[in-house]
Amino acid sequence: MASTSTATVPAPGKSVWDGGVSPMNASYGKLMMWFFLLSDAFTFSALLITYGLVRSSHKAYEGAVEAFKFSQAYWPIPEKVFDAIPFFHGVNAPLVFVGLMTFILIMSSVTMVLAVEAGHRMDRHSVEKWMLWTIVGGLTFLSCQAWEWTHFIHGTTEGDAVVKGTEFFGANLSMNQYGPPDFAAFFFFITGFHGFHVFSGVMLNFLIYYNTVTGVYDRRGHYEMVEKVGLYWHFVDLVWVFVFTFFYLV
Amino acid sequence: MAHSEDAPQVNVLPPDTAKIRHLWKVAGILGLITLFEFGVAFGVPHEMKDLRIWTFILMTIVKAAYIVGEFMHLRYEAKVLLWSILIPMIFVVWMLVAFVYEGIQIELARP
Repeated sequence: MASTSTATVPAPGKSVWDGGVSPMNASYGKLMMWFFLLSDAFTFSALLITYGLVRSSHKAYEGAVEAFKFSQAYWPIPEKVFDAIPFFHGVNAPLVFVGLMTFILIMSSVTMVLAVEAGHRMDRHSVEKWMLWTIVGGLTFLSCQAWEWTHFIHGTTEGDAVVKGTEFFGANLSMNQYGPPDFAAFFFFITGFHGFHVFSGVMLNFLIYYNTVTGVYDRRGHYEMVEKVGLYWHFVDLVWVFVFTFFYLV
Repeated sequence: MAHSEDAPQVNVLPPDTAKIRHLWKVAGILGLITLFEFGVAFGVPHEMKDLRIWTFILMTIVKAAYIVGEFMHLRYEAKVLLWSILIPMIFVVWMLVAFVYEGIQIELARP
């Protein structure tokens, strides 16, 4: 905010769009981050909506939920697929692990916003502390996702009869034990693309942390970079909120 | 550190407790909504499919509004910026309606 030094009130007889004024009252970098995020939102929307198209073009499971079995004939109920947690083999805990991941990402969003708040006050030590917590949160989320992928790829103890007489365990891009091939393909694409964003976010957060520690922003006189990367990090959290709903809950 | 002699004069302000409390309140709301979603996921039977789906979608939009409005600070930005971000989302809504309708039609057309 400190860097947006241009006036917000235009000269008499001139419109705010005639130049010399910043009509959106935000710096160039922040605006461009917003428009990048808008375009990224389109990308994720396209992925999730295509998931919606393919899912609604497959048969839904009709019978009782308790009697649900994996089959190639219909789309699986997500909570029957994602029902495992690390270190508790065989314990049925539907969606608990994903819930934990959601919680971790929301918490890291909170620590990020606290880092931004500390940046407004030029409080370097607080920015360092909260950035570090945000990085820890991001890395924890990525580790959880690595476990989730491993479990998904290796599969559960009961396989599914893919072709008559053959049992198939786990998942790859052309076949999976949980349901139609597209189910695993979308899992890999959507959570993978989101995980890649989280990874990039952790890298950016680390860069900001490094610059904070070395006093770059103190010398520059403002902490606006924390705000810009903060926007990106919140966006990653936002996307996960949608992935959580449309991939795991619905 | 060698930098200490030419370190810039930095005026550190005290924490804005009201703002920090507000941010934690938003975080609490997000957590509660997620818990509520879990309640619906396990409390409402799968047969009430429409109720489940619409609750989830509504809760997601509420969560998104809190994240974008409060955490990303969009609620407090210039209105021009707010609308420049929100209005293009119409395309997403249209794409969603068109594609899901298309998907249902494909399912119906399958032998």
